Amino acid sequence: MTPAATTTPRRAPSGSVSERTGAQPPRSRRPRLPGRLRRIGLPYLLLLPALVLELLVHLVPMAIGIVMSFRELTQFYIRDLNSAPWNGLDNFALAVDVNQPVGESLLRSFLTTCQFTVLSVGLCWLIGTAAAVFLQENFRGRGLLRAVFLIPYALPVYAAVITWAFMFQRDNGLINHVVHDQLGLTDTPPFWLIGDNSFVALLVVSVWKGWPFAFLIMMAGLQNIPRELYEAAAIDGAGVWQQVRRITLPSLRPVNQVLVLVLFLWTFNDFNTPYVLFGKAAPEAADLISVHIYQSSFVTWNFGTGSAMSVLLLIFLLAVTAGYLLFTSRGKKPADAH
Amino acid sequence: MRRIRAAAAIAIVTSLTIAATGCGGGEGGTGGASPKTLTYWASNQAPSVEADKKILTAELKKFEKRTGIKVKLEVVPWSDLLTRILAATTSGQGPDVLNIGNTWSASLQATGALLPWDDAAFDKIGGRDRFSEAAVASAGVEGKDPAAVPLYSLSYALYYNKRMFEDAGVEKPPATWDELVATGKKLSKGGKWALGAEGSNLSNNIHQIFALGQQHGSDFFDASGKPDFTSDANVAAVKQYVDFMAKDKIIAPGNAEYAQNQSLQDFARGKTAMVLWQAAASTFAAHGMKPDDWGVAPVPVPSGAPGGGRQVNSMVAGINMAVFKNSKNLDGATEFVKFMTSDEEQKILNDSYGSIPPVKAAQQDPAFAAPDRAVLRDTLAKSAAPLPQVPEESQFETAVGTAVKELFADAAAGRPVTTESVRARLSKAQQQMPK
Repeated sequence: MTPAATTTPRRAPSGSVSERTGAQPPRSRRPRLPGRLRRIGLPYLLLLPALVLELLVHLVPMAIGIVMSFRELTQFYIRDLNSAPWNGLDNFALAVDVNQPVGESLLRSFLTTCQFTVLSVGLCWLIGTAAAVFLQENFRGRGLLRAVFLIPYALPVYAAVITWAFMFQRDNGLINHVVHDQLGLTDTPPFWLIGDNSFVALLVVSVWKGWPFAFLIMMAGLQNIPRELYEAAAIDGAGVWQQVRRITLPSLRPVNQVLVLVLFLWTFNDFNTPYVLFGKAAPEAADLISVHIYQSSFVTWNFGTGSAMSVLLLIFLLAVTAGYLLFTSRGKKPADAH
Repeated sequence: MRRIRAAAAIAIVTSLTIAATGCGGGEGGTGGASPKTLTYWASNQAPSVEADKKILTAELKKFEKRTGIKVKLEVVPWSDLLTRILAATTSGQGPDVLNIGNTWSASLQATGALLPWDDAAFDKIGGRDRFSEAAVASAGVEGKDPAAVPLYSLSYALYYNKRMFEDAGVEKPPATWDELVATGKKLSKGGKWALGAEGSNLSNNIHQIFALGQQHGSDFFDASGKPDFTSDANVAAVKQYVDFMAKDKIIAPGNAEYAQNQSLQDFARGKTAMVLWQAAASTFAAHGMKPDDWGVAPVPVPSGAPGGGRQVNSMVAGINMAVFKNSKNLDGATEFVKFMTSDEEQKILNDSYGSIPPVKAAQQDPAFAAPDRAVLRDTLAKSAAPLPQVPEESQFETAVGTAVKELFADAAAGRPVTTESVRARLSKAQQQMPK
């Protein structure tokens, strides 16, 4: 270490980060402190605008929502939230009492949502991964196909779903025109937007909307796998399926880990798709929890109960997320140690 | 890969927080900080929002010329209006003046967000007795100062396609329900149907079963304002309505999923011969029908002669105009209400919208004596009753409207609709009402 190097930061305390990190630990401690402070402080400073916004946009309403869940907040009190009487855990008790209609319908809606989420995430992942793997090969029109595949993801949700709602109409919709009129698969034109088929309709739209995201992330993940691995495997005599199983999927593990989680959270919380498709009163078969909570608060004007349901949903999703991350990272460590 | 995970972690946090915040959208008008401007949320009365803007802008210009007050207009679609009003109520950031569906009056009155119209306030716009009593009665709970002022009055009527009636050899529109079913069976053949319905439109379901309920001698709330959905009379009323599809087969099954006025489109295209609707004329015209193509008759009643009590054949439908208590320009807002409810504006606006003026002096205008308008006017005068004016009215519309929607879905899928199944749905609806 030359003396010149130690004096540089003293003379130019506003030197760039790279300069300072380039300078090795000087002998005297005093000049180091402001630099270290700045080094620690800078990331926080850069994060600050985002943190403030995050606080305002997400955390404050969230906190208010939690407070609301302990109050009796009906139309008599919404004008002044502070005037709403506290009612302890009554809202929660009402929401979880499965022997009463409110709790029973919430539980049914929750189970419907679980079923829907598992199917939707599974299909999105499967289709997205398959498409990404197939598009790894270089062929004519690959760029075009990639762009086409991403269209559902790029379309505004409302416009896309309302189009689906038109297509699912029983008497004038495109789906029935194909299924019933042209292919003759059913005796009478089926309903898609009411009754039990509404679950299928919802699932189709959700998968259509969700799989391009899986495709996009998988494609990015696949780019990171060195081609040599495949070449070496091919020389060793591995077939395509073996390559997928032994190289592609293990390499994509970290990507998959977050992809599945994000898809799960998005699908579980999805409000726009069922709301645009079915309106305020979703059919029982497709009564997803987000719309159910919306109806419990906005339509019946009982915001306290609705908030309690939201808090329960938040706790559930936090628990699932924590459990998932714990589970996946525990399995990962030995793999990383290889 | 680490970067992808970091980005995904952010996505996870945001999606989690969305779960807890729900829909927190609370947009609002400017609140009219300056005395020379007002914000006005109008409801969608014309066939389209654009048409509404055109009609209203011309009148607002007149108002500006006379008073110097500029009115910022926003036409809010029905699907959003109530949510927008609730958001405005919660945040205190709302318009100065707004239209409300008159059935919401009692519910919104309970929030305390709307200016009460006591005698002094009414005097500023020419006095309470300028308005028809039935219209004022649908502006809030009985015995309290109304939460709004009647703006447009409407009632239900039976619209029928003259050509289809002729083709089927039907000479006059049905006056009783028995006649309607008999006529309906003649008309429902060859891919055409007798009656249209909006099975997935909760409010419309409520309007229809309310009138039928009156005819069976029931209200959906008892005298003390408690929900009473499962009485024999209410069950019979709901079953009668759904049976038009389930048993009588005079409503096309596809109507079970209608919620966007598709039944009016079907009517205009000659696919259905009758609809029970309020002021449908302008929509028919917008779909290309000529005024001579359709006829208007009173909604059937059991006796064939509409009147009070069990011969009620419509709700008192209509739009009320309310002033937001938080307005910083209450004088200007009152001035604007006075303008909109003046005899002259009442004639112009109600004529454009096909409604009937709730202002008595304007009702006498010859424009409202034409045959189709006369039916609405007479119904309002003689055989219309207001929906229950209780604070829980909005919840009632949702809960019972959904029950009827589900019964229609049953009927459309060919599942039986029985007295028991109707009672079960209504009972479930009643349990959802706030205690």
